[in-house]
Amino acid sequence: MSVGYEAPFRPMAVLLPPRPREPQPLPRVTMRHAILFVTAVLLVATVAHAQAPDAPAAAPAHEALTQEPATALTVIIKWLPLLMKGFLFNILISVLAMGLGTIAGLMLGLAQISQNRLLRQFAWVVTQFFRNAPWLVLLFFAMFMIPFQFNVFGYIIPFPDWVKAIIGFGLPVMANVAELLRGAIRSIPNGQWEAAESLAFSRNKTLWMIILPQCVKRMLPPWMNLYSLITMATVMANLVGVSEMLTLTAEVHAAEGGRPELLAPLYGFAMLCFFVYCWPIGRATQYLERRFHVKT
Amino acid sequence: MKAAIGEPAASPWTPDQPIVSIRSVRKSFGALEVLKDVSLDVSKGEVICIIGPSGSGKSTLIRCINALVPIDQGSILVENQEVNDPALDKLKLRRKVGMVFQQYNLFPHKTALQNVMMAPIQVLKQNKAEVEERARALLAKVRLTGKENSYPGELSGGQQQRVAIARSLAMRPDVMLFDEVTAALDPETVKEVLVTIRELAEEGMTCILVTHEMKFAREVADHIYFTDRGVIVEHGPPEEFFAEAKDERTRAFLGQIL
Repeated sequence: MSVGYEAPFRPMAVLLPPRPREPQPLPRVTMRHAILFVTAVLLVATVAHAQAPDAPAAAPAHEALTQEPATALTVIIKWLPLLMKGFLFNILISVLAMGLGTIAGLMLGLAQISQNRLLRQFAWVVTQFFRNAPWLVLLFFAMFMIPFQFNVFGYIIPFPDWVKAIIGFGLPVMANVAELLRGAIRSIPNGQWEAAESLAFSRNKTLWMIILPQCVKRMLPPWMNLYSLITMATVMANLVGVSEMLTLTAEVHAAEGGRPELLAPLYGFAMLCFFVYCWPIGRATQYLERRFHVKT
Repeated sequence: MKAAIGEPAASPWTPDQPIVSIRSVRKSFGALEVLKDVSLDVSKGEVICIIGPSGSGKSTLIRCINALVPIDQGSILVENQEVNDPALDKLKLRRKVGMVFQQYNLFPHKTALQNVMMAPIQVLKQNKAEVEERARALLAKVRLTGKENSYPGELSGGQQQRVAIARSLAMRPDVMLFDEVTAALDPETVKEVLVTIRELAEEGMTCILVTHEMKFAREVADHIYFTDRGVIVEHGPPEEFFAEAKDERTRAFLGQIL
């Protein structure tokens, strides 16, 4: 069946060679996004507060006329000192847990690369065990396995709940830091070991003077990331009875009559505190990662 | 006569004996035999070049000389001391044998001067002031005065390689091994490094070079060895070697690269 004229040949798009495309850049979270997020949270909180029916006065009836209805904002401002104390307690737990866990983790990491086979295997088992256990379960273990006081040489050392919580959080930190260290050591190019060997450095000297100093830069960003995670995880201590921010938030809520319209503002405030603390850590981590960009 | 380092040598080495003596060395990595019955001798003050195609075992061979790679069979004697001996104190051996790598392998967290000073201070436990003086002199010798406080990241490839040479020289080795040291450099900087090596050779340092620089080998070497697939196919002084290579494989290789 002839057409009568020669139609120009236009190949289907799928037959053409692929056009080179610019790789899509990943979206970057900037200060603008953070400000927008905080503004959004405040906006939602304000709307919630505006939507709330007028709260009954929390005070006895004869003061009802002089008492202002307890709005969400006034509640938060009123309880601010207590809530901030709670938040600082969370930070304290996270800092101590991170400190203890890092020291233990570095030792465990070095044990994992030791020349002694028994030590190496023992360290590996310990790392794998604590790395693959849920943090809350480890926290419970720490709370219930560690006695509430130690009797050492006649001195009684009390172990309050929050100290046990620190140990409970320190365990996953230890395991993760050990893996960070092992990974960082393995990422050092083999040529460094060869060069040190051919200069007659012993293995120990090579490790401490040449390899480990180079590992510090490589470990810093993921270590800071771990700290951020641990800080957010400290609220789990609420479940084992430690008086940290989440516990106090719940108590404040109860003290204000357990009104449902206070739930979002109070817990939102807790979330805001953690965000304001952890987000700069994340930004600093990204900055350091860019600065320490390692060319292998 | 062989003896382990640390024991009184049954026969102390004298300069008329070869400083490095490799006899019937075999080395396999798993199923792959990389060195098949390799033997060679190096006298004190000689400059040896080992050339050959990739995978012929050249780098493995010189890594065996300073015990970075253990050998399966055969013997390697450095100043009459057996490298293959399990009782050998490797660190003592490596003080006598210096090595410079293709990838420089400088310590990036230390300056050039610190790189050169580190080994004599940490390993030989020498006095810091003396070592610093000697390190500056060595850096001046490789023509890097003014770069003492630069980090390796701030130096060019050729400069880094010269720092690496100075670093090995700081240990005052008796033998220097060079593993394709100019292979990672661009042609302009290759010359800087070769001049440094030539000066070393002229001062009487025993050098064993694995190299692709044929012109350099022809000018500087006392003896050239050609390896292919783990065996030494041919060897001879450069005039003979380049002019009348006897073996077919050697001629084929030289034909390709010259």
